Amino acid sequence: MAPDPTRAAGTTGTAGTTGTAGATGAAGAGDPAGGRGWRARLAGGRLEPLLRWESALVIAVVAVALLGTSISSQFLSSYNVFTACTGVGDLAIMALPMTLIIITGEIDLSVASILALSAELLGDLWLHHWSMGVIFVVVLAVGTLAGAINGLLITRVGLPSLAVTIGTLTLYRGLANVILGPASVSNFPTSYTAVGVNGFLGISWLSWSVAIFIVLAIVAGVMLRMTSLGRSLYAIGLNEEAAFHSGIRVKRIKLSLYVLSGLVCSAVGILYAFELSSATENIGIGFELQVVTIVLLGGVSIFGGRGTILGVALAALIYAGLRSALLLTSSFNENDFEVVSGGLLILSVLVPNAAAFAGRGRELFARRRARGRLRAAGVSDDA
Amino acid sequence: MSAATGMTPASGAEAEDAGALANPRTLVDFVLRARTFGIVVILALLVVVTALIQPSFLSASNIRFVLSETAVYALVAIGETLVVLTRNVDLSVGSVVGLSAYVSANMFQTHHGIAIPVVFLVGLGVGLACGLVTGLITAVGRVPSLVVTLAMLYIIRGVDTIIVGSGQVVANSLPNSFINIFHASVLGIPDLAIAVAVAVAIAAYYLKSYRSGRDLYAIGSDPEAARLAGIPIAKRVFIAFVLSGSIAGLAGVVWATQYNTIDATAANGLELQIIAAVVVGGVAIFGGSGSVVGAALGALLLQTINVALNVLGVPSLWTEAIAGFLLLVAITIDRGIQLRLAAALRKRRSHLGA
Repeated sequence: MAPDPTRAAGTTGTAGTTGTAGATGAAGAGDPAGGRGWRARLAGGRLEPLLRWESALVIAVVAVALLGTSISSQFLSSYNVFTACTGVGDLAIMALPMTLIIITGEIDLSVASILALSAELLGDLWLHHWSMGVIFVVVLAVGTLAGAINGLLITRVGLPSLAVTIGTLTLYRGLANVILGPASVSNFPTSYTAVGVNGFLGISWLSWSVAIFIVLAIVAGVMLRMTSLGRSLYAIGLNEEAAFHSGIRVKRIKLSLYVLSGLVCSAVGILYAFELSSATENIGIGFELQVVTIVLLGGVSIFGGRGTILGVALAALIYAGLRSALLLTSSFNENDFEVVSGGLLILSVLVPNAAAFAGRGRELFARRRARGRLRAAGVSDDA
Repeated sequence: MSAATGMTPASGAEAEDAGALANPRTLVDFVLRARTFGIVVILALLVVVTALIQPSFLSASNIRFVLSETAVYALVAIGETLVVLTRNVDLSVGSVVGLSAYVSANMFQTHHGIAIPVVFLVGLGVGLACGLVTGLITAVGRVPSLVVTLAMLYIIRGVDTIIVGSGQVVANSLPNSFINIFHASVLGIPDLAIAVAVAVAIAAYYLKSYRSGRDLYAIGSDPEAARLAGIPIAKRVFIAFVLSGSIAGLAGVVWATQYNTIDATAANGLELQIIAAVVVGGVAIFGGSGSVVGAALGALLLQTINVALNVLGVPSLWTEAIAGFLLLVAITIDRGIQLRLAAALRKRRSHLGA
């Protein structure tokens, strides 16, 4: 259980060739150096080695792959990969704007409700024989508006994002159920519902959602790493006051992130309804937990200022693999996975803290070193 | 707060200073009272308007209905208030109520002739266990309660689903004496409403008069200052979560007396209604101010709105959307009050200083 850190660093390169990880590897790689190093220097500590949490995630990816193949030879079959990708791809797409929002130190719990609002609006408008093109425009506009309402309440009225998005979680979900009621719409044209059956561009294992995720993840990774806008997200998360005084338009940036989140979740709502080829009450219920789990498992700090797109992509891969592996065993179903998912979420915030907890009371730099060692090893027996 | 004053030497100048500060404190007190009073006014307006349109709204049976519908919500809101006061949040209460409702009601199926108090103890135990886990992870692990309780929401619901399986508790497996707990009333007031009112009064007294109760406010208004004042933050937060879990566990048994048919989806999404009630009731979502009386009134207001809408013929589909909307309105109003209050206090202090 105590992997050698140098080997971990070695596997980063090789595992980087697997799909999503490779795509964003270059983009996300330098982030902890920038984000964490800044804090380490402030605290008088040493620069922590690169990508420590991400290294652990790569090991976890390998472990999950081994677990999956040992459970069933079907695990890596193209059909199973496609099924696993289809579900988690949607969550992973929603995790991207969520990552940006959490990096700035805020949160958006209304993502699943915006998804449901969009999907149920899509279903209702389709029932009323609107043309698909118009429906897309209307649904995306409504989703963007929903995000903008979140953002305006948070930035202009100055309300805490937690309270606002708990409120809009209830409000948007409520509106979604008012729009569609107990009806269920499943007569979407097969040319659209094909996204849930056929792979992207004829690649049978690659779902549309994952293909879209890879493209968006590269964009988000480059934005975070290479642009001043991306760097300013970390600055806001680390110290909003300081960021404001150094000329970063904190409110405008946060508002745009919530608008973006609304737009993306609304698009995912459309995609998800087509994948299921139905829009019903309670669609996507509880997705906010899974999205937050993927983001935090990816090493994004819930307090803001830290996290990479690479980490989130790896976390999505682990999540998809674990879910698929467990569902392949006969004793697991979707409900059981909720327990696992909740456990993963608690672990992903407990583990970094447990290390800090073990070292509490020591000198600051000694504690930082201990935290690094413990986090790399994943154990706490030598503290 | 008392610890801080105890440490400083009580010179004459400081006593004077404390006297001056008492003024703004009464201002804060006044505003908070006004906030609770505001809910009462809105509630009264709602009742009057609805009764003018539909007089049967004020019938004795309908009033009894509203009060007993509120009981579970107000009960859970007490525990949630304790947690929210400390600048934390407990999103797992709905799942705890659901799990406790099933486990306790199922006792009648597995143990024939079991005494009702034992069933209540079982529900309390289920809630206590959930609260212990949540409290331990949050307070000792020092991780944000939002994340922990969001995870616990799904973990407990998942455990509930596994335990329930494809089964459910049906009404005819419950003894009449158990079901009657919900319907019993004294002078037209449901017993449950009286019991919950007593619980609210006890909690209000505790928060107002006991040191550990005051500590919850201190922790919520400034955790760092509370730590420096020697308040055992981890212990208090832990206890708050344990109490919240235990109360939700008890509420689960009450839920079972109310709905009788319990499956794995019982009380799904209840946490959002509870948080809406607590926040509408004037408990600041970032801790440090509010009261259980306000929270209970918030629950009463939300339930009255639901019943009023029902009486006025609005489909119950709107319930969730309205709760969310009211929550947003409440936090917006609170933000406005808070800004004005801060400005007023600043003005007074600078005036006194000059």
